[in-house]
Amino acid sequence: MEFGPHLILAILEGAVGAAVLALTALGLSLVFGIMRVVNVAHGEFFMLGAIVAWWVATSIAGHPALGFVAAAVVAPLVAGGVAVLGDRLVLKRVHYDPEATIVATIGILYIIQQLALMTYGPEARPVEPPFNSRIALPWFEFGETGFEIYYPWGFGTTTYKLFVIGAAAVILVGFWLFLSRSRIGLVMRATQLDREMATAFGIPVSRVYSLVFGLGAALAALAAVLIVPIQQAHYLMGGDPLLLSFIVVIIGGLGSIRGTIVAAVLIGLSDGIISVFFSPTLAKIIATLLVALVLVFRPQGLFGKKPA
Amino acid sequence: MSKLIQPNRRTVLKGAAAGGLLAATPLAGRFAQAQSSAPIRIGFQQHITGVGAAYGRWYGRTTEAAVKAINDAGGINGRPLEIIAEDDGTDARRGAEVVEKFVNQHDCDVAFGTLFSHVVIGSAPAAGELKMPYFVVSEGHHVASGMLNRYTLQPGITDVKSQVQAMAPFISENLGKKVTMIFPDFAFGHDHRDYFTSAIETAGGEVLEHIAIPPTETSFTRYFPAIPRDTEVIYHVMVGPAVLTFVKELGEFFGPSAPPMFGFIDSLEAVDLNSPGLEFLEGSYFWEGNPRYAQADQSPYDANFRAAVGVDENGASVSDPSDVSTYAHMFGCWETLYIIKDAMEASGYQGPGDRAALVEAVEAMTDMPHSNEHPQGPKIFNGRTHQAFGVQYITQVQDGRLNLVHETSIEDTFYPDEVDYTTQSL
Repeated sequence: MEFGPHLILAILEGAVGAAVLALTALGLSLVFGIMRVVNVAHGEFFMLGAIVAWWVATSIAGHPALGFVAAAVVAPLVAGGVAVLGDRLVLKRVHYDPEATIVATIGILYIIQQLALMTYGPEARPVEPPFNSRIALPWFEFGETGFEIYYPWGFGTTTYKLFVIGAAAVILVGFWLFLSRSRIGLVMRATQLDREMATAFGIPVSRVYSLVFGLGAALAALAAVLIVPIQQAHYLMGGDPLLLSFIVVIIGGLGSIRGTIVAAVLIGLSDGIISVFFSPTLAKIIATLLVALVLVFRPQGLFGKKPA
Repeated sequence: MSKLIQPNRRTVLKGAAAGGLLAATPLAGRFAQAQSSAPIRIGFQQHITGVGAAYGRWYGRTTEAAVKAINDAGGINGRPLEIIAEDDGTDARRGAEVVEKFVNQHDCDVAFGTLFSHVVIGSAPAAGELKMPYFVVSEGHHVASGMLNRYTLQPGITDVKSQVQAMAPFISENLGKKVTMIFPDFAFGHDHRDYFTSAIETAGGEVLEHIAIPPTETSFTRYFPAIPRDTEVIYHVMVGPAVLTFVKELGEFFGPSAPPMFGFIDSLEAVDLNSPGLEFLEGSYFWEGNPRYAQADQSPYDANFRAAVGVDENGASVSDPSDVSTYAHMFGCWETLYIIKDAMEASGYQGPGDRAALVEAVEAMTDMPHSNEHPQGPKIFNGRTHQAFGVQYITQVQDGRLNLVHETSIEDTFYPDEVDYTTQSL
């Protein structure tokens, strides 16, 4: 394939990955920023979202769009509900102790994963996209007859992939408005800044924590609903998003929303471009190397604040 | 110098007690007789979880059906068959542990049923060391290549080398000479890469590009730009949970301008051919070990096999039309169990002490005619290389159905022996 179309294809593929990664990593970053909990089970909430999406989409007859919209509502609610339950039953009981929560969320990871295996089974199942038509992209060249437009082989994308990029951007902007303009957002930010002071001002910190943990899981589930018509729902699908989310959150700066989004776009796009031009394995190697470099030279991340 | 055994009082007492118990047990006398009625225990190494789960499910159903058919007909030497299934997670290390469990904990007579080549390669050394006959249903060339051992046999399914060798002339004559191969990046895919590349060169064609994809991959579009523009045929074979995504993205990548495609049905095993997004496959060709759709000239043996396993004429479960089988591979479990039966009867198999005789009995086999025991087709077993050879089928997607367009001969699949396992000690 010629360089120009090749590069654009790589960027498009990378953008889809980046969009989904930004949503997933935002959930992880939010939980860490406000609760100081490293949620190792985050990938499983992603998987839970995909599996619930499959379940909802297949139990609703009619146009696939109906099932998809229902899944986009139900899956984040279910994943969020499970997370709130996990927070109340487990994390609260260990008093959000950093070491204990890591071990506890590893436990939650296995419980969710194995329950999915026992109920949903080991198969990968597809969810039909609400709409999906192929768009062949044109390219130009200066041939014998001068400037001409043609449609190169394999150079195209689908409407659904473009929708994923757009939807993720809308959700991210919406989430930013929610955090910066709404009252709940204010309460959450207050809790992040100083938990004890927030308690002194009458903020129900324990309820805020449950809400944040649920919200983080719901974001991951929403990302999964978006990706599941492209990939398939499978009980082991939580591993990669977890790893990539950690990479993004570390590079962006733990707890920094802006850093998370910038890093997600950076990692997502570079993953797409390096994968297409070289190999997907090399892309993972470079991302991991980047984490190591950030940890050595800028431990607080690109946009993180230095600890006082 | 070897150390002398010096029994102390305690071990002597223990031995005496054990011996006394054994003599006092009424069962001991019964099992010592020639005619035991205890079940023959077959350790079934099953891919219940992991990337091979879809195959594991259907290998399980086929095995159950074959065991039922054999037991209904009187079992083996009058003894019923019992299956002890263990999940190997489609993982090589766990596979070896499962084989050890069959020997040390479950007292199995033989081990059987593995598909994924990395699990076979990981488990076979354990089977060889423990002298456990290990009947794989894998297709990998690793058995016939001589890389494994005398206790590992593949009598119920043909291997990749013979399959691709029989496919290459058809591809170069009917589809094109410049081929780009897309295959999974592990032993099974490497067999395709190595043997198809040389087979197509023999047939007057060439491979322009090899595209290896990890079997755990879930997103494929980014691999496709490496397909060279002068490709005349896409040769694809993929495994793992995301095969549907793989084929769908292949279609989305090319759109209406796709080159002719030849796929190994592995890319679509357990996947409904009429899934949305697969319309572009119309007209493309597939290798099938055993045609998924019942053909116009269906043999009575295939009809019997379908009915016994519970598969309808479209290759899906009779109870759930969306549950598509792994029809091109699972017959191997059925045929292998009948081969174990024949070999045990031929060798007068009594128990684990006769395992070496069992291996020799399988090695002595040659012709396996098309029958209810071998529903996929006639086979010839090569006792030296421990590998069966048989006919291969090429089908074409016509109106959303795979119709048979070519059937190879057994001779098309022969290649010179690369090993003689019978020279190894038992």
